[in-house]
Amino acid sequence: MTTAAVARRPRNQLLPALGMIAPAALGFLVFYLYPTLRGAYLSLTEYNVLGSPVFVGLQNYVDMAKDDVFWNAVRVTFLYVVLNIGFQTVLAVGLAVLMHRLTKSVLIRGSLLLPYLIANVVVALLWFWMLDFNIGIVNAVIDAIGLPKVAFFGDEAWTVATIAGVNTWRHLGYTALLVFAGLQMIPASVYEAAAVDGAGEWRTFWRITLPLLRPVLVLVLVITVTGAFQVFDTVAVTTAGGPGNASRVLQLYIYEQAFARGHFGYASAMSVVLFLVLAGAAFAQMRLLRAGESDLS
Amino acid sequence: MRTRITWGRVLAWVVLWFFVLATVLPFYWMLRTAFSDNQALAAQSFSLLPADFTLGPFKRVFGLATPEEAMAEGGSGASLSFWLYLRNSLVVATAVTVGQVLFSSMAAYAFARLSWPGRDAWFAVFLGALLVPPIFTSLPNFLTIKSLGLLNTLPGIMLPSLFMTPFAIFFMRQFFLGIPKEIDEAAMIDGAKPWRIFFRIILPISAAPVTTLGILTFINTWNDYFWPLLVGQTEESKVLTVALGVFRSQTPQGAPDWAGLMAASLVAALPIVILYAVFGRRVINSIGFSGIK
Repeated sequence: MTTAAVARRPRNQLLPALGMIAPAALGFLVFYLYPTLRGAYLSLTEYNVLGSPVFVGLQNYVDMAKDDVFWNAVRVTFLYVVLNIGFQTVLAVGLAVLMHRLTKSVLIRGSLLLPYLIANVVVALLWFWMLDFNIGIVNAVIDAIGLPKVAFFGDEAWTVATIAGVNTWRHLGYTALLVFAGLQMIPASVYEAAAVDGAGEWRTFWRITLPLLRPVLVLVLVITVTGAFQVFDTVAVTTAGGPGNASRVLQLYIYEQAFARGHFGYASAMSVVLFLVLAGAAFAQMRLLRAGESDLS
Repeated sequence: MRTRITWGRVLAWVVLWFFVLATVLPFYWMLRTAFSDNQALAAQSFSLLPADFTLGPFKRVFGLATPEEAMAEGGSGASLSFWLYLRNSLVVATAVTVGQVLFSSMAAYAFARLSWPGRDAWFAVFLGALLVPPIFTSLPNFLTIKSLGLLNTLPGIMLPSLFMTPFAIFFMRQFFLGIPKEIDEAAMIDGAKPWRIFFRIILPISAAPVTTLGILTFINTWNDYFWPLLVGQTEESKVLTVALGVFRSQTPQGAPDWAGLMAASLVAALPIVILYAVFGRRVINSIGFSGIK
């Protein structure tokens, strides 16, 4: 057998392959697969970390159905997701179209992306300061133009919207760059044809850009909605769930149940629900927006 | 037609610059506040320059100010060991970056370029981990770290993301798939084994995606808050993000030390800003769908 024949024939390289995936496989088994199964099991137990888990069947889920704070957390989380994703997606599409039509400047794209690269905690503290009721710059401006000051984090009516706004500020550039990448995949010939037909900017946007962007928009939404449902850092650092329960989002409530109250089983059951909500949301978006089909045909 | 568009373009530029300024100005405000005397902030809330310029906030952050000095400028007087937190963040982010990029690249190479039974099925299983939200695995992982005796240690913070993330494997595999087969084949004819091919040929020609992945991993790890909050609560194991959260809750109810808080935030953000200034183009270009489609 010549060496060339050896090289060309597909060989079984199982042994080196096993060696190369060994560290990743260890990480996968211990920190992804095992905790996923264990989390599902713990959701069926009562467990306060000190003893050992006691199997209680679906009791945690029954308790959850009767827990007003849980339902409030669900409501607050959905409100946050709707406000955050709503503002963010509309603004990001607008911003992406502007960049696409006007400039290829890396400096502009780079500036817009900056907040996304800064830690949630830092961004939260920065806005906590700027939106401070007494001496924050935003309220100073509001006061100066003669309007009543707003307790952005302290007023129940404002707090979720404020947190959604802060994270919109952080994620806007990133989302816009994702949409921008999608815009670059639309062939220029389509726009040329529209221009020949005399379509204006506005009409081109609604009739051509938006429909052709749909598959990309679905992906962007799946990514951003999944992230939004897991909001934690911003809330934990600023309001810690308050005032009252006005900003007690699901992940914060899970964290508190597990680590402040020692209800690990109940917390696990709630994270199972969060997991299912996320999977359901992703699936619904794929179906509703018919992600697989492209209008480019 | 041209003139009509020109007005539209002017308006479009104005809107675009509005967004750029709205993005950048808050960072200036952070900088301006960090060099201010905390006592003077209230009286000078509009001043674009620091209120009574001082390095005091940074001295407080790094524990260089005496309690009297700190109190005089509106600090809490409590001493902070930010050097320690900074070191912890650096150690954790560096170790996770090196481990995750190396081990994920190795696995990605096996998934992309070696032939072995069950390869694609295993890859699908690994990728399935993308669907599981971090909160779901965090609670059981906390128990694992606890039973390993690694609570409140830096290895405990590193371990879950040290070996792989599904994204890292996916990202590297995508690049490896695009390298011409002839390169491995030529090396195999010369008698090189897969390990040697990976370290001597494939990894060196993959410097660009490895760097990109490394930067993204470093930034993500540096910014992470939830996981280190669970497993790194002591002074010795606190990372910067966790310390910042505590710094905020330590400030007395009446008058928070905003200047100190912004100085601390600035210190926490600075390494990322520097990294971004050097590798910005790479980070920007990594955002897209080249791999997802």
